[in-house]
Amino acid sequence: MNGIGYIEWIVGGLVLIGVVFSFLSAVGLIRFPDVYTRAHAVSKSANLGVLCILLGTFLYFLIEDGYFSIRLLLGIFFVFLTSPVVAHLLNRAAYRSGVAMAEDSVRDDLKEYLERDERV
Amino acid sequence: MFQIFLSGCLFFLLLSILAALYRVVKGPSMPDRVMALDNIGVNLLAGIAILSIFLRTYAFFDIILLIGILSFVGTIAFARFLERGVVIERNRIH
Repeated sequence: MNGIGYIEWIVGGLVLIGVVFSFLSAVGLIRFPDVYTRAHAVSKSANLGVLCILLGTFLYFLIEDGYFSIRLLLGIFFVFLTSPVVAHLLNRAAYRSGVAMAEDSVRDDLKEYLERDERV
Repeated sequence: MFQIFLSGCLFFLLLSILAALYRVVKGPSMPDRVMALDNIGVNLLAGIAILSIFLRTYAFFDIILLIGILSFVGTIAFARFLERGVVIERNRIH
């Protein structure tokens, strides 16, 4: 392995995109003001980054060794399918257990809806 | 060269895991901590994928799938606990 072939360029590009997305979502996890915006940062970009990294791994072993890993493909599909579910359930749990939003947020449609639902 | 690049990527993943760990320690509410733990699991999965390119082995693909499933189940259990107070509800049939 003295030179860099085209496989390394493709896989390196995908891994780099994934790592950049993951790192930016970690920055968002530190800097955003409340639970909901942090969930917004984490659930989208971190999972997109992980999907890019897993796709790079899959392509590396497919091109380099001719090894078609159905387990890795299943892992990609599973992460893609379950990450929005996790974010939705955590946000729902946070709202139902009364975690406050940030002070400079301007509207809360779900609150009016829940109050109207209780009154009926 | 490619190995050095992969090591740098692993270092940045380590930094993002440390950021999530900071949120786990500091986070003002409980869903914050659960979300940061889920993010740690997802980043760990990506780190294992990069490590399996680094070592050129097929042996860790099971671990990737397993960490994905375990992180999902644990986070769903915590979300149910935070919302309702119980994880598995008892349904008594009269």
